[in-house]
Amino acid sequence: MSTTAAPAPGASRQDLTLLEEHWGERPSLRSWFSTVDHKRIGRRYLVTAGLFFFLAGVSALTMRTQLARPESRLLSPQEYNQLFTMHGTAMIFLFATPMLFGFGNFLVPLMIGSRDMAFPKLNAFGYWVFLLAGLFMWVSLPFGAAPNAGWFAYVPLTERVNTPGLHLDVYSLGLLFLGIATTAASINFIVTALKLRAPGMSLNRVPLFVWAIVATAFMVIFALPALNLDNAMLFLDRRFGTHFFDPGAAGNVLLWQHLFWIFGHPDVYIIVMPALGIVSAVLPAFTRRGVVGYPLIVLAIVTIAIISFGVWVHHMFATGLPRLSYSFFSAASSIITIPSGIQIFAWLATMALGRLVLKVPLLYLIGFIVTFVLGGFTGAMFALTAFDQQVTDSYFVVAHFHYVLIGGAVFPMLAGIYYWLPKITGRMYHEGLGRWAFWLVFAGMHVTFFPMHLYGLFGMPRRVYTYRSEPGWDAWNLVSTIGSYLLAIGLLLVLIGVVHAIRRGRPAPPDPWGGDSLEWSTESPPKPYNFPVLPEVHSLHPTWDEPSRESMGAGATEDRILAEGRRTLFTSELDGRRERVVEMPEASLQPLVLALALLVFFTTMLFAWYPVAIAAVVVVAATIGVWLWPPRRPERELGVST
Amino acid sequence: MSTRGGIAAATGTEALTTELPVGRSTGWWGMVMFVATEATLFACLLGSYFYLRFQHGGSWPPGDISKPKLLVPLVMTGVLLPSSLPVVWAEHGIRKGQRWRLRAGLAATLVMGATFLILQASEYADKLREFTITTNAYGSLFFVITGFHGLHVLVGLTMISWLLAASLRGGSFGAHRHDRVRNAAIYWHFVDVVWAAILFTIYLSPRL
Repeated sequence: MSTTAAPAPGASRQDLTLLEEHWGERPSLRSWFSTVDHKRIGRRYLVTAGLFFFLAGVSALTMRTQLARPESRLLSPQEYNQLFTMHGTAMIFLFATPMLFGFGNFLVPLMIGSRDMAFPKLNAFGYWVFLLAGLFMWVSLPFGAAPNAGWFAYVPLTERVNTPGLHLDVYSLGLLFLGIATTAASINFIVTALKLRAPGMSLNRVPLFVWAIVATAFMVIFALPALNLDNAMLFLDRRFGTHFFDPGAAGNVLLWQHLFWIFGHPDVYIIVMPALGIVSAVLPAFTRRGVVGYPLIVLAIVTIAIISFGVWVHHMFATGLPRLSYSFFSAASSIITIPSGIQIFAWLATMALGRLVLKVPLLYLIGFIVTFVLGGFTGAMFALTAFDQQVTDSYFVVAHFHYVLIGGAVFPMLAGIYYWLPKITGRMYHEGLGRWAFWLVFAGMHVTFFPMHLYGLFGMPRRVYTYRSEPGWDAWNLVSTIGSYLLAIGLLLVLIGVVHAIRRGRPAPPDPWGGDSLEWSTESPPKPYNFPVLPEVHSLHPTWDEPSRESMGAGATEDRILAEGRRTLFTSELDGRRERVVEMPEASLQPLVLALALLVFFTTMLFAWYPVAIAAVVVVAATIGVWLWPPRRPERELGVST
Repeated sequence: MSTRGGIAAATGTEALTTELPVGRSTGWWGMVMFVATEATLFACLLGSYFYLRFQHGGSWPPGDISKPKLLVPLVMTGVLLPSSLPVVWAEHGIRKGQRWRLRAGLAATLVMGATFLILQASEYADKLREFTITTNAYGSLFFVITGFHGLHVLVGLTMISWLLAASLRGGSFGAHRHDRVRNAAIYWHFVDVVWAAILFTIYLSPRL
């Protein structure tokens, strides 16, 4: 299978021992909590996001069971409200983005030929915050205090007079808490991709997956503040009696919607973009050629990232805004389909011109194209204001965004899981089991969600805990429920496949697929230092080109081995020219302490124990102060004149 | 260590033999990205102010609240905006290895920033007699926007004190090691510039 054997490491045995000593971690309880290794953190992101996916999926199955027949009494309206809100909130915030950031964490340093992320401790901190924020939100469910007003939490429904209790405080504080992790990870991705690329990796040789992650990170930087502000205002309105959303006191309810969708529409691309990056990363190995139109895809990624900030009002076509603004946002929403179309045609051309290797990852990519294009088709229909106003808040919308998000994000993630499983675990998966899982997932997905288009058009509104038999929605709802069970069985088989691979899979070679990017030049799983010799990149497909491969082999110079310490290379932002050697931080418990202090802060804010919250802020400040405290250096090294 | 700026400092024998080709550090990029996301947050906050104002129509500020008086905020501006200068001076000093300039500059900024916060407290005492955060959306906007900025000033002052403490200890900063000084300076300049936008929005724009 492998077209290239892994090159014999160019580092001597002595260098390897030194590298192991500086980068390796002895397994211990302390190292489990203090690790800053991007591969371990990336794996944890994947597993934790998978756990939240499981919880959100079980919520969905419960709801589908309730909806299987009319006037079912399995769930009370209150329980149903909490379930659909947690399902949506968790899928968007606790599964999709963290899962893709998990891939990014594991892969970006490997793909750009570095030994870690730019800020390894910040990376660990981001993971702990994500984990704790996710638990913070999920724990509210068994207490019946989970968010219950839909994942976009519209005011005035969410104001305290209309929804008393902790529900929406859990929502706003939970998302503010999680926002810290997302922002930290985004800054880390941008800086890593700018400064830590291997020498020779100029911007036009950066893998498409890394482009996608960086564009996503930029969107997070500029979109997330709107959501954070919205949630802060909601919390202040509910808890401290401000009037931001209160029309009776000069406030405005639409302010919530504007801010929410200024974040929310870019967020659709924040979720889909890295998944499309996975598609571009997986495709070359299974078509035996580079992706067609690399510069066009990069331009499409950047264009989408920018235009996505100009389409938010298409979520608000039914709110009675001025007609002229509808025309503008309708046009922008139509234009943004062009760069998405460019990517789709580039992948189709890649498949048409390449030699297809029909393995499980490629199956998922084909499933992705079919499903995502169908979702994009209904999406283009929404860009027409008149149509949108007809079907808004019906199951047609539910069908649309599940096609986009399952097609556009979950299928590529599944492709990515099968594709990188050998790299992550060092084991191969079972191909037959993988195929069974694919067909069940694919069929289950369409059987569940296709009928929703129909009963949406027939008038069934979303977010109703039950329905009567008269409108004739029963049969289609039963079909959807059966489909959801098929989908669940398929996903269970994926999980069994992963566990089977870890337990029983045959050991994976370094490059089982003949992939083109640098992660396939490392061992499976990679050593803690990733590369014994940091590569020198000569093309867009470094693992396929001879000079790049040879740069990691025998005869490598000491300045790319860097065995004397925990070190890696900085290069210039645009051209990837070598700049200097840097020392990377050691494992530390500070990230965990900081995240726990924040957990105390948000929990005490939730229960209104303000003095403890203030104490937590002091701990946060002190931890950051200690974290960044400059080490004492001799005057000579510092360069001090007196 | 060269103590003079200019071309000679960059092209002299000493510079050529000791200077490594170094681009922006990761810390610099990290701080710039952090400031970018923070600036977006302030943009959303001020955007919300104008959105609520124009959607409200009618007189602004609404209700019985009078237009904000300008004297105290202009004095606050006069204290805060120039407080960036000592930071610049301190940073240029430590780039040349002059630790005394770092210490003196940081101390000056600390005094100016603290004065700003004291003035803000007196401004609040004055306003609270007229309206509070719960009076109406204007009151909420006024106190949340200025309070959020004040919080940023406090964070900035904490960073400056922290730098000052580190520099007083010795062995922290010098001509070759001053990333932390530069990053904190970027944050402080940001806090300053945002104040100009807040002055315009909260204090000047109701008079337009």
